Amino acid sequence: MHLLVCIKQVPNTNEIKIDPKTNTLDRSGATSILNPYDAHAVEEAVRWKRALGGTVSVLTMGPPQAKEVIQKSVELGADRGYLLTDKAFAGSDTLATSYILSTAVQKIASSIPVDLVFCGKQAIDGDTAQVGPGIASRLNIPQLTYVERIIEIKPEQQTIKVQRHIDGGHEIVESKLPCLVTVEKEINELTYAPLPDMIRAVRYHPVVWSVSDLDADINAMGLKGSPTAVKKIFTPKQRAGGEIWKGKADELAKKLVPLLIGDVLSCRQ
Amino acid sequence: MQAVKQTANEVWVFAEQLEGTLSNVTLELIGAARALAADLCGTVATVLIGNQVDELIPTLFEHGTDTVYYVNAPIFQWYRAETYSRAFCELIQKYEPEILLMGATTTGRDLAGAVATALKTGLTADCTGLELDAGQKLLLASRPALGGNIMATIVCEKHRPQMATVRPKVMPMPERISGRTGTVIYEQVELREQSLKTKVLEIVREHSADTKMEDANIIVSVGRGVQNEHTLVLAQTLAEVLGGVVGGSRGAVEKGLVDDQHQVGQTGQTVRPKLYIAVGISGAIQHTVGMNRAQTIIAINTDETCPMMKLATYGIVGDAALVLPALIHEWTAALKPSIA
Ligand SMILES: Cc1cc2nc3c(=O)[nH]c(=O)nc-3n(C[C@H](O)[C@H](O)[C@H](O)COP(=O)(O)OP(=O)(O)OC[C@H]3O[C@@H](n4cnc5c(N)ncnc54)[C@H](O)[C@@H]3O)c2cc1C
Ligand SMILES: Nc1ncnc2c1ncn2[C@@H]1O[C@H](COP(=O)(O)O)[C@@H](O)[C@H]1O
Repeated sequence: MHLLVCIKQVPNTNEIKIDPKTNTLDRSGATSILNPYDAHAVEEAVRWKRALGGTVSVLTMGPPQAKEVIQKSVELGADRGYLLTDKAFAGSDTLATSYILSTAVQKIASSIPVDLVFCGKQAIDGDTAQVGPGIASRLNIPQLTYVERIIEIKPEQQTIKVQRHIDGGHEIVESKLPCLVTVEKEINELTYAPLPDMIRAVRYHPVVWSVSDLDADINAMGLKGSPTAVKKIFTPKQRAGGEIWKGKADELAKKLVPLLIGDVLSCRQ
Repeated sequence: MQAVKQTANEVWVFAEQLEGTLSNVTLELIGAARALAADLCGTVATVLIGNQVDELIPTLFEHGTDTVYYVNAPIFQWYRAETYSRAFCELIQKYEPEILLMGATTTGRDLAGAVATALKTGLTADCTGLELDAGQKLLLASRPALGGNIMATIVCEKHRPQMATVRPKVMPMPERISGRTGTVIYEQVELREQSLKTKVLEIVREHSADTKMEDANIIVSVGRGVQNEHTLVLAQTLAEVLGGVVGGSRGAVEKGLVDDQHQVGQTGQTVRPKLYIAVGISGAIQHTVGMNRAQTIIAINTDETCPMMKLATYGIVGDAALVLPALIHEWTAALKPSIA
């Protein structure tokens, strides 16, 4: 089995603050991390590789320092990594990003055929969840998104059976391979890296490709290849607040209930 | 890629349904589409794909759609990206809508990504605001970015349709006008089961949280400030007395007070209840984007400077362990059924 995972380096949005004076983003405290959903995707690929045999490759597009998330993946058990980095890629929206990634998947697959492509459910900086379906659509393979559990993979029959999260429940879906899976965090628990993998990770150098290494149309990438554009950035409008009450709990409760009784009664009908 | 040209000025909505049950976000989007269509001097159309779901059509008209494109065949019994995106792409190429809206649900996001890529057009995910630049027929789609810290307005100038997925509960539910009707256009899409690669084997509905919280009128939501089992039980009791449901912040989910199906916020559910009681929740932006459309917000918090207090209609400064019993007492008395 050749399992290929698309991974992204993202700023830790937990650490981004808004400067209340200038209303601008303060990213100074924010470190870069492997997108959490992608970490679970790597973990899942590695588990299936251990069960069925084969290779796990990881692929990322980003600046040169995105090498760090490839090393992190090697720590989690990935065998090889590919880094796509070029000025021509900068400013790509999800359509252009999935185009670039799909051309790289094709190139990788031309040396070792790929059975299964993994993505995270979404990247925490963009939250779009579009790149996975975009890659699948470009490669013309089935997409199984929001996967909570891979129930079985049958390499001889070239099939996979998964449990997908849907609103209000889940569904069991079967697909032919190759296909693309995007994973939820529930799919597994991350395990600690064994020491040899940690050492290998530190020393690992990925294959680095620029635009000239890909069989790709330069007009379909970067700003030129991106149909969407950001027109405006603003800080969200705050809802106007009301009153702040202090005092003894029972008195405050007595004051509050009459103000809301009408609403509460109307909800009960 | 298609350049902008004269089109019918139609705003399309994807009718999301599961085994004949329409999702509420479909109707919310029909309402949003009406406003956009008015600015475009155009009409609203809904695309309904499924197997024998005719009974949904009147509901679509009564909430404001002018046209229903109906694709009806056994192969569409359950949603599959493979079949639905094929059907969608064919319809879009035939009728060339100006704008296409889908719910930012698992199904809507799955479908939108596939359709936008196949048509090589722009898609803005997870929007919370839609406006129109009427002069340029340009959809201004706003969405939270970077964990909700900022909002970005995204446009797609040169490609059609302009696509967006929109969060459930963000757009108000349009009024239902009973008896309102429109045109049904029946469409056929050539697809054969033998040539498909995916098969849905089973659908399991978990009847717990999801639907209930999303539609609840009253939510008592707990946060990390709910310090122990005792206070949690008080919050649950208050919810029971009020006839509401219990939700929580991510802090509460991490602490194991509620399960993640009940998480409110950016990575949880968006809710729009009449009454939202935030108990021991600080009001981080990722939480408030999911609940700031509540009609009335009550905050119970020891810290009067926390962001939730600034948002609240009534902010009660105090320890939840003391405030909750007082509220339970008063509400129980006020709601005691009078003997008629
Ligand atoms: C990408 C991303 C997505 C996220 N998505 C979500 C999301 O969907 N939903 C979400 O909720 N969060 C989300 N978060 C997390 C969010 O940033 C906050 O960390 C979280 O909402 C905090 O939860 P909290 O308010 O319960 O806890 P805290 O921030 O720890 O607040 C606890 C509050 O309790 C008060 N308190 C303490 N003791 C008492 C007492 N005895 N009585 C009354 N009050 C008391 C304190 O004053 C404080 O205000 C997300 C974060 C990121 C980075
Ligand atoms: N630049 C990138 N390089 C590699 N994979 C990516 C990149 N951007 C997105 N992905 C993959 O697509 C998933 C969804 O991203 P998004 O559509 O941005 O929410 C991520 O979890 C990754 O698996």
